Amino acid sequence: MSVNKKIVSDLINNGVEFVTTVPCKQLAGVIDEIDRSDAMYHIPSNKEDEGMGLCAGAFMGGKRSAIIMQNTAIGVTINTLVTLIQYYHIPLPMLISYRGELGEPVACQTEMAVHTKALLAQLLIPTYHFHSAADVDELDAILKYCFMSKKPVAILTDASFWKGA
Amino acid sequence: MIRSDVLKSIIPVISDKLVVCNIGLPSQELHLLDDQPSNFYMLGTMGLSSSIGLGVALAQKEPVIAIDGDGSVLTNFGTLPTIANNVADNFVLLIIDNGSYGSTGDQPTYAGKKTSLTEVARACGCENVVECDAKDTASVLQQALDSKRMTIIVCKCESGNIKVPVIDMDPVVIKHRFMQEIKARNAG
Repeated sequence: MSVNKKIVSDLINNGVEFVTTVPCKQLAGVIDEIDRSDAMYHIPSNKEDEGMGLCAGAFMGGKRSAIIMQNTAIGVTINTLVTLIQYYHIPLPMLISYRGELGEPVACQTEMAVHTKALLAQLLIPTYHFHSAADVDELDAILKYCFMSKKPVAILTDASFWKGA
Repeated sequence: MIRSDVLKSIIPVISDKLVVCNIGLPSQELHLLDDQPSNFYMLGTMGLSSSIGLGVALAQKEPVIAIDGDGSVLTNFGTLPTIANNVADNFVLLIIDNGSYGSTGDQPTYAGKKTSLTEVARACGCENVVECDAKDTASVLQQALDSKRMTIIVCKCESGNIKVPVIDMDPVVIKHRFMQEIKARNAG
């Protein structure tokens, strides 16, 4: 099973029925796979904080939700993560492309990359880093942990992970 | 009419409906006027009332009213194309447009100047957009609910605030009772 298929299948098996995305080149394959699935409602967002609002609403409406976005979005969403997702105890898996790591061709991406883990640590967000393709095997347990704990959880997926996918 | 008058006038229409209410004074006023477990009060995160409301509407079948303000819609402008392109016929977005940032001291917004949120919503592709005078809000809202079509209402009212206490309810309690209410209503 491809990594993209595995990610979507783990989301579905954990009851995720509502997914919002803001695209990244690295995430194109998984977004295509979500669009191919009838089991999830895919609602593209214009900005990641908007997406988190949609996810919070869908969760309260009875559908587990998830967001797929780039690590630059951490800079956009800190207030929403703290005053909506964490404050109201809303579980939110965040599948994040970790741009600016080894293999990155665009210099500017390294600027947010060097802050990504520090910001997530400061926000006390459980964070997992997928570096090799086999790391995806942990996704199912991470999703279960996210919904059990009712917390936002970050899954950083770097270029090496997607290269091996 | 100022926003609190508008809220008071629509209580008979929204009291038994699922309501997502904008941060700050709008939530505090609604909480004071008619606290219900079917109300979700935003205690933080300016701009996301319409997004949260659309998420609730898309996830279940009961009608949802998101009460928003002109300043908050301007903050989260990307919400209007998302709403237009993800039609939920159980969703009504009520923008109470008083042309000012009420909760922060009535500083003017661009919606009170050259920018028409009604025209913006239409340009974004929203199909049912109604602009109304404050005094007509309750009847326009009732018609929108009866039409069972997703509707954006832009209610033009005057700027101004009443003194209201802050909401001291815990956020998790607000969420829990809102979710229990949604679950019960969708069980039937």
